[in-house]
Amino acid sequence: MSKAITLKEAVKKPDLLASGHRLCAGCAEPIIARLVLKASRGAIIATTATGCLEVATTIFPYSAWRIPWIHTAFENAAATASGIEAAWRAMRRKGRGPLARYETLDIVAFAGDGGTYDIGLQALSGALERGHDFTYVLLDNEAYMNTGIQRSGGTPYCAWTTTSPAGTVIPGKREWKKPIDEIVIAHETPYVATVSPAYPLDLMQKAARAFETEGPAFIHAISPCCRGWRFPSNKTIEVARLAVETCFFPLYECRVEDGRPIYKLSPPSLAIAKRPERKKPVEEYLRIQGRFRHLFRPERREGLIERIQRWVDRRWEMLLEKADL
Amino acid sequence: MKEAKPGWRELPFGAVPYKSSLEYHTGDWGVERPEFDLEKCTRCTLCHFYCPEGAISFDAGHPEVDLRYCKGCGICANECPAGAIRMVRKG
Amino acid sequence: MSRQRLLGLNGDEAAAYAIKQVNPDVVAAYPITPQTIIVERFSEYVADGLVDTEFIAVESEHSAMSCCIGAAAAGARAFTATAANGLALMWEMLYIAASLRLPIVMAVVNRAMSAPINIHNDHSDSMGARDSGWIQIYCENSQEVYDACIEAWRIGEHLDVQLPVMVCLDGFTLSHTMENVLTLSDEAVRDFIGERPYIKVEGHLGEAEFRLDPEKPLTMGPLDLYDFYFEHKMHQVEAMKEALKAVPEIDEEYAEISGREYRLLHPYMMEDAEVALIGLGSTMGTVRYVVDRMRKRGLKVGMVRMRVFRPFPTEELQKLLKDVEVVGVLDKAMSFGAPGGPLYEELRTIFYDVDENPLIVDYIYGLGGRDTPPHLIEEAYEGLLEVKRRGEAVEKLRFLGVRM
Repeated sequence: MSKAITLKEAVKKPDLLASGHRLCAGCAEPIIARLVLKASRGAIIATTATGCLEVATTIFPYSAWRIPWIHTAFENAAATASGIEAAWRAMRRKGRGPLARYETLDIVAFAGDGGTYDIGLQALSGALERGHDFTYVLLDNEAYMNTGIQRSGGTPYCAWTTTSPAGTVIPGKREWKKPIDEIVIAHETPYVATVSPAYPLDLMQKAARAFETEGPAFIHAISPCCRGWRFPSNKTIEVARLAVETCFFPLYECRVEDGRPIYKLSPPSLAIAKRPERKKPVEEYLRIQGRFRHLFRPERREGLIERIQRWVDRRWEMLLEKADL
Repeated sequence: MKEAKPGWRELPFGAVPYKSSLEYHTGDWGVERPEFDLEKCTRCTLCHFYCPEGAISFDAGHPEVDLRYCKGCGICANECPAGAIRMVRKG
Repeated sequence: MSRQRLLGLNGDEAAAYAIKQVNPDVVAAYPITPQTIIVERFSEYVADGLVDTEFIAVESEHSAMSCCIGAAAAGARAFTATAANGLALMWEMLYIAASLRLPIVMAVVNRAMSAPINIHNDHSDSMGARDSGWIQIYCENSQEVYDACIEAWRIGEHLDVQLPVMVCLDGFTLSHTMENVLTLSDEAVRDFIGERPYIKVEGHLGEAEFRLDPEKPLTMGPLDLYDFYFEHKMHQVEAMKEALKAVPEIDEEYAEISGREYRLLHPYMMEDAEVALIGLGSTMGTVRYVVDRMRKRGLKVGMVRMRVFRPFPTEELQKLLKDVEVVGVLDKAMSFGAPGGPLYEELRTIFYDVDENPLIVDYIYGLGGRDTPPHLIEEAYEGLLEVKRRGEAVEKLRFLGVRM
């Protein structure tokens, strides 16, 4: 284990994702990407699925990446990473080839919710099953933002998107958010963690653990999108924090030990588990986002808000059970 | 002035980008910029980590914003635990 | 020339054996009939420690090609094999492999495209991928499959080329039919293919070899809009032109170590031929047999087997066919709604501006593995002779071997 990350040390580390990228003002994705990269052990190669992060950081002839980086397609970040990892492994074994000299190599795949929950699920499942040594970072902004805010399997219940509009008959998305972490954990993935950019130290520490993990590691980052979630650009971190404080998006880690998933709540969520009165109502999270506006205006949709609260409560309770709390 | 773009024979092989994004200044996107009250600032460095642009550094021992890249999102001001940052109009 | 060993191998085994000798860094593949023998044999080589390769048993062909792209981008030699629907599933990635200029090698065991589902041979799969930017070599027999699976690395990795290569072999006819194959020694193969060379590029962080390396970072696969994309496509246009020069160079070098001489086009009895058939793949062996038979009857027939379809050897074909009166094209794929099959259309195109040009007719044949015995080929030649007598081809698109 390398020594623990501190903010004091991390602030001195150069950013591996450079300024001058063209993601929207207030976007959470570059915050998350910068933090993940700050946790790298050194030699690193990244691949990024098609999406906002990919397009806005590499508009030809410019690139914001100070590390070797490749984009190939939308649904295959995990497969592309598998190929990179296999190349490295083969060269190490032969003691020949350009990557043979890297004793450790952090291979990281960034993908959005569309590229993970939906079109990329198969490639992800395959890579997890095969056990490649790489870190997969899911930047979950809960819709296809790059194409203009269309619903995905990661979009929450009732959220407005351009393909789940809040109409006079149907109040936004009719389905619940797909439990992607459980799907990944069911693959007996050695390390799974949820992160929020509101907690940078927690995020960097988890990324460091992911890189150190032998075999696949999965980081699920909630990535508030001010354009698609309809909130002012300065509220990104506030929203990312409320997601945790309401237990809409609890922070935890899960390691597989002796074939059993061992859940461990992270400090911000553990504090709520210990003092349940700290758990904020989900309404506080919903209310500041325009994508849930139809739950409050023109009239309050109490039934729907309650349903969402019950979903949050049930999933939170299940998590506490899994974490033996 | 519009820069003449290279012909295909002059472009690098494999569609490899040849300019750093640092040459692309996004500082004119927004109308506001952060102003730091260094008296109040506790040097917690959170603004560095929260900045989507990586435009806030503590290299000088205190926060400095690179206005070539700051898009004026206002996250730093919203999040500063010490209330040491306020957004002001650029220029 | 080094000593060679004669082995009994079917086409798939010949491919697997050649790749074993090449010992690439990564093989990523998914099983599909009639390609399965390649991955099975190669898995055995891996299991027995006969290669250093990382074998990735992927969950789909899309991931097979994605893995190869990731590996090749990381500087590795990467190989895969597929057929028909598998090739179709990786269609998106074919373009990406070629556009990213990654010299991956893939054996395509040609099989008919669904539906209805059919596992037998035609060329509708690889013909569908003809615009993807891959070099395409079509083999006539297992010996060629073996040789092409070695040569392909040198062709694709040629510094003026840097493109992926498809080695196409007919499903079952070649893939599952045992033949005598002369094989080189492991050392001879190793010496011939050498190490993968890398091109130097000037990236945004300075000069680097074109591959992913933490010490010399490059960005690969950026967003490329209307202001640059077109120029980058010109690079691919140029690379294919260079490939047309590189293939004969590599062929010549390979002939020196193997004694087997390959060319872009393999003409037979063309010196005085009045009518000729042109086509790809294993059927051309049958055609050669029929040419001999008809020559015995005093008929001036000839044939051209096209070994390299991409890049398209335009000038060579013009030279070879200009004095022939009637050319029949054997197309084992149909382009529905088009005037004819893919080879026919391209062949007609290159003769449009040539003063001396043959009459050209198209024979669509063998779809879904329909057998093409000598009498059918003879029927095609008779058809060409009839066109010659009349001096015109009324019916240009013909279907050979289908029940009417």
